Amino acid sequence: MNKDKWIPFMIPLLVLIIWYTATELAWVDTKLFPSPVAVLTAFFKLTLSGELLAHTWASSQRALTGLVIGVAIGMFFGLLNGLYPIAEKLLDSTLQMIRNIPHLALIPVVIIWFGIGEEGKIFLVVVGVFFPVYVNAFYGIRSIDKGLIEMAKVYGLKGWTLFKKVVLPGALPATLVGVRQSLGIMWLTLIVSETVAVDSGIGYMAMNARDFMQMDVIILSIMIYAALGKLSDLIAKAFEKRLLRWRA
Amino acid sequence: MGTTQRQGVHLKIDGLKKRFGDAEVLKNIHLEIQAGEFIAIVGKSGCGKSTLLRQIAGLDTPSEGVIYHEHHELRGLHPDSKIMFQDSRLLPWLKIRDNVGLGLTGDWKAKAEWALEQVGLADRANEWPSVLSGGQKQRVALARALVSGPRLLLLDEPLGALDALTRIDMQRLIENLWKEQGFTAIMVTHDVSEAVALADRVILIEAGEITLDKKIALYRPRERGNAMYAELEGSILDRVLGKAEKVDTFAI
Repeated sequence: MNKDKWIPFMIPLLVLIIWYTATELAWVDTKLFPSPVAVLTAFFKLTLSGELLAHTWASSQRALTGLVIGVAIGMFFGLLNGLYPIAEKLLDSTLQMIRNIPHLALIPVVIIWFGIGEEGKIFLVVVGVFFPVYVNAFYGIRSIDKGLIEMAKVYGLKGWTLFKKVVLPGALPATLVGVRQSLGIMWLTLIVSETVAVDSGIGYMAMNARDFMQMDVIILSIMIYAALGKLSDLIAKAFEKRLLRWRA
Repeated sequence: MGTTQRQGVHLKIDGLKKRFGDAEVLKNIHLEIQAGEFIAIVGKSGCGKSTLLRQIAGLDTPSEGVIYHEHHELRGLHPDSKIMFQDSRLLPWLKIRDNVGLGLTGDWKAKAEWALEQVGLADRANEWPSVLSGGQKQRVALARALVSGPRLLLLDEPLGALDALTRIDMQRLIENLWKEQGFTAIMVTHDVSEAVALADRVILIEAGEITLDKKIALYRPRERGNAMYAELEGSILDRVLGKAEKVDTFAI
């Protein structure tokens, strides 16, 4: 059992050892490929100066704001179209058309519309996050056991109570799958939009470092993104466990 | 608490027909059920017995004819009627206590706990439905049906998916609660023995028509080994199977 715990870390550890050896023995040019020690040093330096925290905070804020808005809109339309066939007829084909546009292709438009401020990046995250949540919430509503709805009506549930006690919890597992999918898209969108036009955030830190050829900072930024991605997935899993604790 | 005797519902079904497209599933059903009676409806699958129960429940509307619920025409679901389904239909995301209290207002927790006590599951109130066995789930469903003090309990093959021993247990439980609480009960089943064990009257439906309406004049609790019991069960079973045999010979 204790041995099993180490298995997921074996490959990262191996990569780290090879990386360290390769740079230490000068197999690669450390200017282009800094050693892990240099990246760690950069991490401490930027942490002490407060820069790293400020940039991480800026990125996380954008990510979270976009996520909350995107999930809210996605759930709204998913529930609306799942509950009312007339709404689905009216909206679904339009939404599916928009879904097929790669949302990052909107970057030029977004820069012109919103400039390089916060709104544009948040807008892109919202668009990216919206679709997985919408599609899964819609599917969640449609896959609710009709027998449960019928039962609830026999027991006098209707309107808001029916929604709160049967429809929403029934659609929740699928909706949460959508939310977890959208987390990946959220970070991806942010990375790309932060490298295009911005004055703070992890992406900005990396682009800025490129100008000064600070490879250690660039690699650090990439690793921070990986860590943030993993962290958000862990948080989402914990939420899922809590919200779906009725599942055996 | 909760055992205040409310009288069962009187039902009268007058010329009921139900069609799905071109298929006439129920053909001209006439039936009167006295308040507090226990009725079992038997028949082969597809004969229309569950469809009839759904009409009485108000889950479906008849194509023709009227159902009188306490002498008033029935239109849709009635708050005095509760249904117990073959699959327990518990909400998996609600604790057992909350499942039983579904749709109740006021002091629902005490009522739910009382109902769970009636079915012998008071100690499971705080658990999720997923940890229960099939028989226990049906007990919870029964508690949920009874908690509001219904005057008409409709049972749609509620024991069909249970093993033989659990079935007998549940039949006793249902019979006792029915005697105690005085509601009218209508149970759809394909188990003739179960029908004879529980019902005041056994009604046989064949191809959408009532072809037998038999009073079961046995004392309760009924002994399964009893000669009268066996004879009644045998004669009804013969009716259920016998007619089908004749049709088969015709077909050949």
